[in-house]
Amino acid sequence: MPRIFAYVIHRGGVADDSAAELAAAARKVDATASPVAIVTGWGAELDAACESLRPAYSEIWKVGNEALAYPNAELVRKALTSVVPPGSMVLVLHDHFGIDLSPGLSVKLNSAFVSDALAIEGMDGSFLRLVRQEVGGQFSTHVRCDISTGAVINVRPGAFKALEGGAAGQVVDKSAAAGALTAKRRYVGTVVAEAGDVDITKYDVLVSVGRGIQEQDNIHIAQELADAMGAAVSCSRPVVDAKWMEKSRQVGSSGKTVKPKVYMACGISGAFQHLAGIKGNPFLIAINKNPKAPIFQVADVGIVADLLEFLPELTNRIRETRCAAAK
Amino acid sequence: MEILVCVKRVPDTSENEIQLNQTGNDIERDDLVYSINEWDNYAVEEAIQIVDRVGGNVTVVTIGGEDDEEVLRREMAMGAKHAVLISDEGFDGCDGFGIATILKSFVQKGNYDLILTGVQAEDGAAQVGGMLAAMLDYPFASLVNSIEVLANRVLKVTREIEGGNREVNEIDLPCVLSIQTGINEPRYVGMRGIRQVASVKIPTFAASDLGIAPSSVGEAAARVKRVDYFVPAMGKGAEMLEGSPEEMADKVMELVKAKGGFK
Repeated sequence: MPRIFAYVIHRGGVADDSAAELAAAARKVDATASPVAIVTGWGAELDAACESLRPAYSEIWKVGNEALAYPNAELVRKALTSVVPPGSMVLVLHDHFGIDLSPGLSVKLNSAFVSDALAIEGMDGSFLRLVRQEVGGQFSTHVRCDISTGAVINVRPGAFKALEGGAAGQVVDKSAAAGALTAKRRYVGTVVAEAGDVDITKYDVLVSVGRGIQEQDNIHIAQELADAMGAAVSCSRPVVDAKWMEKSRQVGSSGKTVKPKVYMACGISGAFQHLAGIKGNPFLIAINKNPKAPIFQVADVGIVADLLEFLPELTNRIRETRCAAAK
Repeated sequence: MEILVCVKRVPDTSENEIQLNQTGNDIERDDLVYSINEWDNYAVEEAIQIVDRVGGNVTVVTIGGEDDEEVLRREMAMGAKHAVLISDEGFDGCDGFGIATILKSFVQKGNYDLILTGVQAEDGAAQVGGMLAAMLDYPFASLVNSIEVLANRVLKVTREIEGGNREVNEIDLPCVLSIQTGINEPRYVGMRGIRQVASVKIPTFAASDLGIAPSSVGEAAARVKRVDYFVPAMGKGAEMLEGSPEEMADKVMELVKAKGGFK
């Protein structure tokens, strides 16, 4: 078995919760594995992040360099290429940083790359068996990866049940091995998202529209339903991409994280990036004209219907009931 | 600026209900409607807009067969000046590393300042751009949602990170960027535009033209292989409501109320 490493991201001196998910993924590769965490960064924050990993990992490799104070993927890749022994397996979270880092890292380590793994089914000779998804989550595939030259595996956030262990690990300083770090891409700053007119994180009920709403002129149908219920209208990414709604209304990993009591997904297929923005286990009602839409696998209640017919019907019923109740 | 955009023809999920085939080793490809990968279309639009601002040319390239020419023509109708098809039977069964290796050989025959890919295609891997950049030793940025051309062969790009925030970077040319949807509003391509480029001859490169041994990139060389397709069983699945629209609406109303949605 190759040595297994987990590249752990951190913020403000605390390792990300995904560290425990990567430890779980490593055990799926090899139940007896004792994965090593690798943490890059600088100064007191790096030291604190390494310390916070001691319960979960038996060994933590610290790679400190002033140039790594902000996680620039090009610099992190160079550091890892120097530090990680040839033939190793490196597990990375498939988020905006992992997408930036891992494909190039696999080339520089001359190892195989598997992106966005949902499950790891274990070894079969020198092959690792994994599960991925394609076509926006409509289909899963088994993938076989030859790890004889090592592998970089990007792991889907939330796909592996976090594994907390009583490891009491040791921090090993590998900073000297990182080598000289210069980059042709330079971090300048971060632009924080603008607040919108409506704060969708404050509502108990969200009527969320996706591509199935078909055009901007149809959004009022969802707005009328939301008004009747005292809810807000949120949306999925394609609606923002098409400029039909403001970015501040988008639910998902690149948008807002919401915690409503009821979430009505209207014409939303159910990509994992969207579902990642829905927390607190709300009652999820999915309305979609495609009976095979992945959203039906995670919803509590599903309705196969045309939004443009069903939403006005629902609005009318709610208005009638409320009128009757008011009399 | 000479810009190369790497594009892919994919099944159009808005036009098809995609099914698995009988043996479960592929999706059913007969009668599928294909289109340009959505991310790639944004990348081509972005390339055209950059050239409109600072001059230069846009070239689109794809790896595939004769059928894939249709997406190249579509992107030419949009405004790409050149199109190239890379095609060789030996390329069948490539993994992402193989695709990036082929593109690297093609890039090295030209003189491109900027190479764009979509963030991902229908396989959701988001890998080819980053691999290509590493093979060329060019800098790379993924999930790019704005590009500004600065002086001295430097671009200012923003990347989409968590919570709708944007990470601002400066990046030296030549570089590879993977383009996120929503970066622009891709122009409409009408039948008339496509007809105008219908008879343009599209140059085709085979493995030998690029100095690639097919055995180094095709199925035999692939370290990552898809074994089968199956329909995922996530969660318990929704309770599907049946009945007339009125009946279903009443049921939804009841449920929303019961779950504390409204009083």
